Amino acid sequence: MDKFDCIIIGAGPAGVAAALTLVRKGLTVAVFERGEYPGSKNLFGGVLYSTILNKLIPNFWEDAPVERHITKRRYSLLSQNSEMAVEFDFDDFNHPPFNNSFTVLRSKFDRWFAQKAEDAGAVIFTETVVDDFIYDNGKVSGIKARREGGDVYADVIVCAEGANSLLTEKAGLKEKPLPHQMITASKEVISLPREVIEDRFSLNNDEGMALEFFGGAVKGMIGSGFIYTNKDSLSVGVGCPISVIKENNMKPNDLLELFKSHSVIKKLLRGGKTEELSAKMIPELGYKNLPKLTVDGLLIVGDAGGFVNPSLYREGTNMAMYSGVAAAEIILEARQSGDFSEKGLEGYIKSLKDSFVMKDLERYGDVPEKISEMPQLFKEYPDAVLKFAEGYFTISDLSKDELHRQAWKGFKDKVSIGKFLWDMYKARKAIL
Amino acid sequence: MKIIVCVKEVTDTAVVLKIKVDSPEIETENLPWVINPYDEYAMEESLRLKEKHGGDITVITFGNERAENILRGCIALGADRAIRINDKSVKGRDSFVTSKILAKAIKNIGYDIILCGKESVDYGYAQTGQTIAEFLHIPCISAIKKFDVFPSNKEAACNREIEGGLEVVKCNLPAVFTAQKGLNVPRYASLSGIMKAKKMKIETLELDTLDINPSDFKPKIKITNLSYPPKRTEGKIIQGLLPDTAKELTKNLKEAGLI
Ligand SMILES: Cc1cc2nc3c(=O)[nH]c(=O)nc-3n(C[C@H](O)[C@H](O)[C@H](O)COP(=O)(O)OP(=O)(O)OC[C@H]3O[C@@H](n4cnc5c(N)ncnc54)[C@H](O)[C@@H]3O)c2cc1C
Repeated sequence: MDKFDCIIIGAGPAGVAAALTLVRKGLTVAVFERGEYPGSKNLFGGVLYSTILNKLIPNFWEDAPVERHITKRRYSLLSQNSEMAVEFDFDDFNHPPFNNSFTVLRSKFDRWFAQKAEDAGAVIFTETVVDDFIYDNGKVSGIKARREGGDVYADVIVCAEGANSLLTEKAGLKEKPLPHQMITASKEVISLPREVIEDRFSLNNDEGMALEFFGGAVKGMIGSGFIYTNKDSLSVGVGCPISVIKENNMKPNDLLELFKSHSVIKKLLRGGKTEELSAKMIPELGYKNLPKLTVDGLLIVGDAGGFVNPSLYREGTNMAMYSGVAAAEIILEARQSGDFSEKGLEGYIKSLKDSFVMKDLERYGDVPEKISEMPQLFKEYPDAVLKFAEGYFTISDLSKDELHRQAWKGFKDKVSIGKFLWDMYKARKAIL
Repeated sequence: MKIIVCVKEVTDTAVVLKIKVDSPEIETENLPWVINPYDEYAMEESLRLKEKHGGDITVITFGNERAENILRGCIALGADRAIRINDKSVKGRDSFVTSKILAKAIKNIGYDIILCGKESVDYGYAQTGQTIAEFLHIPCISAIKKFDVFPSNKEAACNREIEGGLEVVKCNLPAVFTAQKGLNVPRYASLSGIMKAKKMKIETLELDTLDINPSDFKPKIKITNLSYPPKRTEGKIIQGLLPDTAKELTKNLKEAGLI
């Protein structure tokens, strides 16, 4: 096999963004993807955040298989059987670039995106797993693909293998993550007629809604749930740290069943038919624990690098694409000098640090840790707050003053006010 | 030796199919398409023949543009030439139509050995190989599990599994052979094979160049209805303690006419 200018492992958003940038500058690029086709095994929530994509392929939404653009957001706090929610509806997001947030189904979107890179000249090998790197004097100089004649060489390798980053670990750039640093998410796509979705969530045409559920989404365990509207289906999922799942002796799918059986969620899914179910990991390593991102001949991009914003924004796709493009730009620079050593590639780290990627990762760097120290956010507090609200709204013969006093007393009996306020302050600082 | 392999594109058997509301057809939009698994055995056998006796392999399909993917897959494995007969102008098709057209094309290409899958996993008529043989007036041995070719005698011997035993069959070449599961274990394409396949041009053959009478296109059979398999009814659990449960079970079985 001929040598390529660059080899990319993984045809997710990060890998394809890198491939597209490089082939457009005339480099020969081989992409290795384990799935039957790009996206065949990939899943996410998902809202695709598209600021970078729109730079790569302007007005991509006219051509790409997007489902709906997000104009409505709803954040809700669940107790065992009640809900408190705030909802936003922004008509301004109905215009291009649609606030750069679109629901997509990855099996369709990734395939479309990869096709763009292929059309531009990238060679994509599907159903081909990369098992290891090939080293030449300590420099990564190629890959071993699981096929006959599978040793392939390149000047530089980009590892875009996603959250389950076996190769990054194998290369010694990353420790095996701890159970609380990995979120296991399971997700279902539930089909419903288009009109039902638009009526139920009060949407026009291609408008979409993202609903996030906190608190007792999964029986008071640490974790959260979501519902995103597609054209004629809903993406419904929950995520919990692996540590919590283990402690409670559960399977990821049990969590989804718990979430779906919550009285509030049940109503939103009524009449839907489950089309597919799958589970996957989200890395929430924390800023301090990010892997080493470059060595001689190799760059790590996307989820493999731990680039997911663990806060309310849950942004992974945008960071993946930014890092893919940034890696490609540094490779183009390094070609001038022919220096693909760690030193020659160090501009990549700087580019990340100057961008929203590292700034946001640093800002929200300790969310997972902080959260795992505050299990009360998921059970005691939502239960107490909603009980208080329920008391407040209960119609009875008591005078309102008495009623309010009673509700307040109930609240104070359950939680210590000082600690509650302090925890709220910490949580807000971490998450918002 | 000239080896022809006939392949067909089918939907991945892992997907749940939907029947169109207004006609007895399957909804084909957005389905994953793969090479018919039995054709993979045929393809693998052609590669082994070539390795042993030399020759060249032509893969051929009667289908639409999308079907070029499976031809590319065969090139990646080691086929020398790939031909797609464009099915655009054909309205209805059954095994008869497909075989007629394939036979015409194969006749033009020239052949010593024609390999097909024993059936396609979509409709499963298991007719195409035999019908091609009929149109070409040559023998056909179907559902083979072992294949030996003796080029000097222009002969082939095959093993076939039959009820309670094994049959060894011989015939003269040229002939058609249809592959049964177990004939071999198909290989994976090498990386260089895949590269070659990406660059290779697939030949397209238009029907009018095959000199076929339009009346030959009429299918001989017609699908009049398609329906889903019956839903499995829920099982019944008899609760309680012996001997009551045994009595209850006997009663139930009697009622169902099973004992
Ligand atoms: C349940 C869930 C919900 C999410 N919700 C959102 C959301 O709403 N919005 C958002 O922006 N982000 C979300 N994310 C995060 C987002 O999915 C990721 O950040 C993003 O997909 C990262 O892209 P990537 O290209 O780095 O990795 P991936 O998309 O994981 O792609 C990696 C690719 O590499 C391939 N691969 C891996 N190893 C090998 C190998 N050895 N050989 C060959 N191929 C290999 C894989 O098959 C895959 O195609 C969510 C994630 C999950 C799991």
